Amino acid sequence: MAELPGQIKRMSGGIKQLLEQIFGFSRRCLFRIISMGPIPNHLAFIMDGNRRYAKKCGLEEGSGHKAGFSALMLMLQYCYELGIQYVTIYAFSIDNFRRQPEEVQSLMDLMLEKIKSLLEKESIVHQYGIRVYFIGNLALLNDQVRAAAEKVMNATAKNSRVVLLICIAYNSTDEILQAVKKSCINKYTYNIEASGSYKHEDTDSEIEAKDIENQEKKIQLVDIEENMQMSVAPNPDILIRSSGETRLSNFLLWQTGNSQLCFPAALWPEIGLRHLVWAILNFQRSHSYLEKRKKQL
Amino acid sequence: MLSLRVPTPTSFRRLHAGRSRLSRDCLISYSPSFVNRGVRLRVRSTKSEVVFTPTEEEEEEVTLPEELQPELMPKHVAIIMDGNGRWAKNQGLQPWDGHRAGVEALKEIVELSGRWGLQVLTVFAFSTDNWIRPRIEIDFLFSLFERSLKSEFQTLAKNNVRISIIGDSSKLPKTLLRLINEVEEATKNNTRFQLIVAVGYSGKYDVLQACRGIAQRVKDGEIDVDEIDEGLIEQELETNCTEFPYPDLLIRTSGELRVSNFLLWQLAYTELFFAQELWPDFGRSGYIEALMSFQQRQRRFGGRKS
Repeated sequence: MAELPGQIKRMSGGIKQLLEQIFGFSRRCLFRIISMGPIPNHLAFIMDGNRRYAKKCGLEEGSGHKAGFSALMLMLQYCYELGIQYVTIYAFSIDNFRRQPEEVQSLMDLMLEKIKSLLEKESIVHQYGIRVYFIGNLALLNDQVRAAAEKVMNATAKNSRVVLLICIAYNSTDEILQAVKKSCINKYTYNIEASGSYKHEDTDSEIEAKDIENQEKKIQLVDIEENMQMSVAPNPDILIRSSGETRLSNFLLWQTGNSQLCFPAALWPEIGLRHLVWAILNFQRSHSYLEKRKKQL
Repeated sequence: MLSLRVPTPTSFRRLHAGRSRLSRDCLISYSPSFVNRGVRLRVRSTKSEVVFTPTEEEEEEVTLPEELQPELMPKHVAIIMDGNGRWAKNQGLQPWDGHRAGVEALKEIVELSGRWGLQVLTVFAFSTDNWIRPRIEIDFLFSLFERSLKSEFQTLAKNNVRISIIGDSSKLPKTLLRLINEVEEATKNNTRFQLIVAVGYSGKYDVLQACRGIAQRVKDGEIDVDEIDEGLIEQELETNCTEFPYPDLLIRTSGELRVSNFLLWQLAYTELFFAQELWPDFGRSGYIEALMSFQQRQRRFGGRKS
C-alpha cells in the first residue's frame, strides 16, 4: 500500500515522457512539411508582456521574466530545429534603464544568471552549437554583466552552426548613431590623409580629378552598414512582437525595412509553436513576390 | 447680443445636434461640432439672439466624429498608400486608373486630417524602390502628381496648409521640380496644417544624407565628432521641415505587414496600423478605425505605466 504513491509517480513520469516523445515527433513531422516551402534565415523577437503575464497569473514581480526566459528557450529550440540560422532577441532596451531602479536591478541580476548559464554544458548553446553575440551599448551595463557577456562571446566564437544575437542595452537609433560617428571618423581620417598628398597649386585637370575623388570620398550606404553592430547577421526576414502591441520600439529599425512583421496577441510567456508556425506560413505566402522584387532591385 | 464664455462641461461631449424650446419665444440649438475649442450654442428668441462661445480659442467649427476623443488625437500621421495597382486589377482597369483613384482617396484624407485637427500628415507617394516599375507607369505617376499639385495647390494654400516634399529629387522631371519649389516657397509660412509628400524617398537614404551633412559639418570644423548625437541626426533628417518629425501613427493599407523602408529613424516609437482595404477604398471609415485603434493604445516609450 505504501508503495502506491511511488508507483503512481513513476507511472505519471513515464506517461509524461511518452507524451513528450509523441509531441516531439509530431513537431518534427510538422517542421518537415513546413520546410518544403522557404524557411526564413533570420528571425527577430521582441519579447513583450512578461510583467503583464505575472500580473495576469497572480505571480510575484520577477516571475514573469523567469517564465519569459523559459518561453525563449523553447522558441530557440523550435527555431534551430526548423533550420533557422539567425535569431535575434530584444532583451533590454536603453529606454528600459528609465524604469524603477529595483526592477532594472532585478532584470540585470536575472540576465547575469542566465548569461552565465549559457556556458554550462547542458545549455542550449552546446546543444545546437550556437555562436552568441551581445549587441548594444555594452558600456552602459554594470561590470559583472558586461564581463559575463564578453566571456560568452569569446567562448562561443568558434561555433558556426547557428547564431543568437542578444540585444542588450540596445536602441536602434543608438546603433545608427554609433555607425554614423564611425563613418564620419573613417571618412574624415581618410580625407585628411588623402589631402596631405595633394600639391599646393592645382591645375584644372587636377581639380577635375579631385572632384571625382571627392565624390568617392562621400559617405556611402555601405560605409554606414559595415559599421552597424548588426552587420554580423543578414537582415531579419520576420520580426515577431508578442503581447499585441504594434510598434517597433526602437528595435532594428534599419534592418527591418523589408521584414515581415507579426504581432501575435499572446504575452511573451504564452508564446508557442503555433505562433511561430503562423508567422512562417505568412512569410512563405509573400516570399516569392519579395524575392522577385529583390532580384529586380 | 450676449456672448458668454464658459468652460466645456464634459457631459456636453456626447451631445447630438438638436434644438429645444426653452420658452414660447426662445429656442436653443446646439451643434455637436467641437474639439478642444468648446461647444457652440445658439439661443434665439424673437426678442434677441444670444450666442454662447464657451472657450477662448478660435471660433472655427471642427467636426470630429463621435467615436474619436479630441484629447487623444495624434499630432502626426504617416500613411503608406498601398494597393492602387491591385485595386485597378480587381476592377478590371489599368494601373493608372488605380493611381487616379488613389489621388481622390488622398484628397479626402488630407481634408479630413485638416478638419480633425492633425498637425502633420506624411504620405509615401513614391519610394526609391519604385524606380523599377515600368517607365510608362513612372511617367504617368509624375504627371499625375504634377497635375494634382497644380489643381489642389490654391485650395490648400487658401486653407493655410503648408506643403513640403521630401526625398531624393535628383531623378525627378525638371518641370515637377520647378513646381515643387514654387509650391514649397509659396506655402512655407502656412501654419494650420502641414502635408509632407515623400517622393523618391527611403528611410535609409534619409539617414545617409543626414550622415553626409554631419560629416561635412565635421570637415568644416563646425562640430566635433564627439558632439554628434541623436539630436544632431534628427536636425539633419529631411523631416526637419516640421515641428513634429516623429509620426504618432503609421497606417499602411492593402494588408501588407511591412514598413518597406519608409521613415526609418522617425518610426522608433510610432504606433503601426495595418488596414486590410486597398488604398482607393480606405476613405473616412478606414481612417476613423485607424484613429480609434490608435486612441486605445498604451504608449510607454520603453518605460512603465505605473
